[in-house]
Amino acid sequence: MSVALDLETGSDYGSSHGRAYWAVADCWNAVRRGLTHYQRQPVYIVWQLGFPIVSVLLYGYVFGSAMKVPGGGDYREFLMPGMFAMTMAFGFMNTAVAVVTDSTRGVIDRFRSMPMAPSAVVTGRGVGDLLTAVAELLILAATAFAIGWRWDSGFPGALGAFGLLLLLRFSLIWVGVWLGLLVPGPEAAGNLFAVAFPLTMISSVFVAPSLMPDWLGTVAAWNPVSSTVTATRELFGNPVASGGTWPEEHALLLSVAWPVALTAVFVPLAVRRFQRLSR
Amino acid sequence: MNEHAVLAEAIQKRYGEKGKKGRSGRKGSRGESGERGGTYALDGFDLAVRRGTVHGLLGPNGAGKTTAVRVLATLLRFDGGRAEVAGVDVARDPRRVRSRVGLAGQYAAVDEIFTGRQNLEMFGRLFHLGSRRAALRAGELLEQFDLVEAGGKGVGEYSGGMRRRLDLAASMILAPQVLFLDEPTTGLDPRGRGEVWDAVRALVAGGTTVLLTTQYLDEADKLASRITVIDQGRAIADDSPAELKNTVGGDRIEVVVAEHADIPAAVEAVARVADAAVETDDAARRVHAVVSDRVAALTEVARTLQDRGTAVEDIGLRRPSLDDVFLRLTGRRTGADAGPEADADGDVATGVKEGVAA
Ligand SMILES: Nc1ncnc2c1ncn2[C@@H]1O[C@H](COP(=O)(O)OP(=O)(O)O)[C@@H](O)[C@H]1O
Ligand SMILES: [Mg+2]
Repeated sequence: MSVALDLETGSDYGSSHGRAYWAVADCWNAVRRGLTHYQRQPVYIVWQLGFPIVSVLLYGYVFGSAMKVPGGGDYREFLMPGMFAMTMAFGFMNTAVAVVTDSTRGVIDRFRSMPMAPSAVVTGRGVGDLLTAVAELLILAATAFAIGWRWDSGFPGALGAFGLLLLLRFSLIWVGVWLGLLVPGPEAAGNLFAVAFPLTMISSVFVAPSLMPDWLGTVAAWNPVSSTVTATRELFGNPVASGGTWPEEHALLLSVAWPVALTAVFVPLAVRRFQRLSR
Repeated sequence: MNEHAVLAEAIQKRYGEKGKKGRSGRKGSRGESGERGGTYALDGFDLAVRRGTVHGLLGPNGAGKTTAVRVLATLLRFDGGRAEVAGVDVARDPRRVRSRVGLAGQYAAVDEIFTGRQNLEMFGRLFHLGSRRAALRAGELLEQFDLVEAGGKGVGEYSGGMRRRLDLAASMILAPQVLFLDEPTTGLDPRGRGEVWDAVRALVAGGTTVLLTTQYLDEADKLASRITVIDQGRAIADDSPAELKNTVGGDRIEVVVAEHADIPAAVEAVARVADAAVETDDAARRVHAVVSDRVAALTEVARTLQDRGTAVEDIGLRRPSLDDVFLRLTGRRTGADAGPEADADGDVATGVKEGVAA
């Protein structure tokens, strides 16, 4: 009856490929879906990068000369790793919004009613978001480079720093998936900014914690975002401005430990939420 | 293979686990603390859909239609009973069921940002068709659902009817043996509704079995060869549309007069054409009765009232609605049990009421 279906129906039944093959193939198809979104809406990626780019220019030029980096160093050099980490941190909102949009529109239900690998709904999102994050980092780094930011360490250090940034983003994918399945609708997801904003402000992104009131400085120093920021500053060879506190002195350790801990907590939570869809 | 494409026996479904709340926990929270009670969304639900037919699942808001469809389409686990879809046991082999069914949920599950064609190709690849066949199939479906021209446009620009048709097309990618359609026309204007009806008819002509849920008796009547009425998670009637309409007594004429004082005059005029007792609703100044010859009755009543100079606010023919069926079967009106969002007027509010032609 149909040209396309003459052959064999497309289910994996009777196909020579195993489940593992389809888990990867379906994941890739889901990734392609996410990337095609950007292709059709390039404006969206501009919006997404708009905030960090504007922040770079605003903080770099408007406050740049007034802001002092404790221990010396150029504020713009100090700021850039913070901007990179902030962009990664805000990424969890994109994940959450994408997930809640798909779930309220019934797209996730359709995926679940299809013979595709159920894991692809989540893995496709994760891989797609990581690829997006790579693109974001490249664009931000290019912008930063254009206004004079340099890494003073070798190439391996810089690579390690970008790796840490992506690790943070990776751990937040699971927070985003969990939140996306938790909140009732895309409108509610907009309120996540209220969480994201302090999460990045009360950290070492813009200012060294040692310049904050004691209690706030402690919170900021322990913030997972700060650990990534401080560690990447070290790896890039940018001014670090450590206040000498334990979390600042062990930033490299924490910049791995925090994301690992977040992943360990939120992967099971997200999976549980996903399974709960069928209860 | 047996003669039934869908078979459900005594299905029990209760949302969430004990003490835990589901995604929309507030809904199920009524009797959450207790054991049994209002918490079963499906409570001994039976259904038998014959192969190659359209079967209507008719019920008011909150009756359990969506739950039934989601259980049968393997999206929800159930707690008791047995279900078989396309010859496969739903609980035992959900993956095999998924390769044989299609689902179009209550909201058009298409990607707003993609074009129609991109949507179908994407779903085709996820159905493991491979890029080349996915593209071929997308072309076929766009043609079948009359979306060839719209295929290159973003779905964001589609009308409600077009979106629904695209959604139907997406659920048809593997030419499934059984297709579940959950309220496919809710929220559509009459034109969009007609488009979807045509698409459904074409599907059945191609041999697909369709289980369609609806709140509208006339929709089930137009499309389905058999109707199951569902209430509080249980099937309370299972009949042909003709039989079901017979139990409610066919079409009605309805007159709303401008003044209370005119009610007796209207009763008298309607009584002359009525098949059964004339009913009045004083508060709404409404007089109605079952009639057999629709058009003759309407003309007659309109003329009589005009001759007497009775001021008429509204006059029309009304097909029996779910509300009528429901009242007859349960003694309750549909609005009574549903949530606050329930539309008490059912079909009347959605344009099934036919105005006077002349
Ligand atoms: N996710 C859910 N969690 C808890 N209760 C639910 C959920 N979905 C539906 N219900 C309840 O189950 C019953 C049946 O709902 P549903 O199947 O959606 O009815 P219909 O589709 O006929 O309107 C209603 O009482 C509804 O409130
Ligand atoms: Mg429903």
